[in-house]
Amino acid sequence: MTAIIAVALTLVAAMGAAVVGTHAPERQAVTLSVYGLALTVLFVAVQAPDVALSQLGVGAAVVPLMVMLGIRRIRRDQRGEGLDGGKDGE
Amino acid sequence: MSERGRVAVYLVAASALAALLVLAFLRMPAFGTDVHLYRDLAVPAAVKHVTANVVSAVNFDQRALDTLGEETILLGSVVGAAALLRPAQRESERRSPRTGRTLEATGLTGYVLLPVTLIVGFDVVAHGQVTPGGGFQGGVVLATGIHLLYLAGSYRALERLRPVEVFDVGEALGAGMFTVLGLAGILVGTAFLENVLPLGSFGSLISAGTVPVLNALVGVEVACGIVVLLTHFFTEDLTVSVAARDDEDDDGGDGDGDGDGDGDKDDRADGDDDSDGTERDEGHDGGGTEEKGGR
Repeated sequence: MTAIIAVALTLVAAMGAAVVGTHAPERQAVTLSVYGLALTVLFVAVQAPDVALSQLGVGAAVVPLMVMLGIRRIRRDQRGEGLDGGKDGE
Repeated sequence: MSERGRVAVYLVAASALAALLVLAFLRMPAFGTDVHLYRDLAVPAAVKHVTANVVSAVNFDQRALDTLGEETILLGSVVGAAALLRPAQRESERRSPRTGRTLEATGLTGYVLLPVTLIVGFDVVAHGQVTPGGGFQGGVVLATGIHLLYLAGSYRALERLRPVEVFDVGEALGAGMFTVLGLAGILVGTAFLENVLPLGSFGSLISAGTVPVLNALVGVEVACGIVVLLTHFFTEDLTVSVAARDDEDDDGGDGDGDGDGDGDKDDRADGDDDSDGTERDEGHDGGGTEEKGGR
């Protein structure tokens, strides 16, 4: 059991580093999703099925999806703003 | 503040935090031992109220006020997102999204998994007081499950299954009734969110008093809230931005944004546009000009 927890913890640390190391926000949504899956494995390993279920639904599916949709919306705004002088290009 | 000053402030704060964390961790019970202070209090309390799933007992009985707070956070974020994503004046025109191709395998898998996911969602909500799961988890499963219809079929099919007004009402009702039930605790019992219903027999579906009721209310609120939240994002993305993207000949027009892989591919292309491609950027801007001129 301890070995499984150690593997899961290592996986979480590696994926967390991958999320931080991903610079483009669009790609970050995907690494964030995989990070959510790694956390789910960890929660199952430490016998917290309730938290694992929430993590699977919210952390691995809904949050990355909303990040993605939010980024698309921002990108569209940037394209639109670019026309009239681009007041908030950021 | 200069760069060096900021680094100095950061280092002081970080070392103080590190020292506090080390002190705190040193005094924690060792990992994986039999010493669980909170368990020794929570498990007997859960058993006393005939709740088989101790986590649900903590969430909906012992610390139901915390859950009310969490629920309100979700409600607040849905309202905030709805307000922020309201179509601006120039975007008020609603256009139906282009229908794209869906792989037959994706469609079949989606249609097979849609009822399965919904049943699993209901199951997770309904058995929250007995087995792991509950309103939060089941609600998220239900809300994401509905969107399989979009992945497998079309956005129009999803829109037909998902009358947003109903989900708006469901969300408000879920959050409101939670508070009403809490007030009933004051009237009948002694405290807000006091467990006042008959407790039933251990491990059966109807047990644990108010826990299954609060659980179901949270399930309704979370499922409806997330559906509404995603609807606002999707409406923004699909019915407003499609026109600006018509010149792109990608077949992900219908499927992207939902499947992670597909959306990623698409968005990656967008990112490249911003950094190096000028031709395609011009294309977008051209489309945008037309759009603006038209309105």
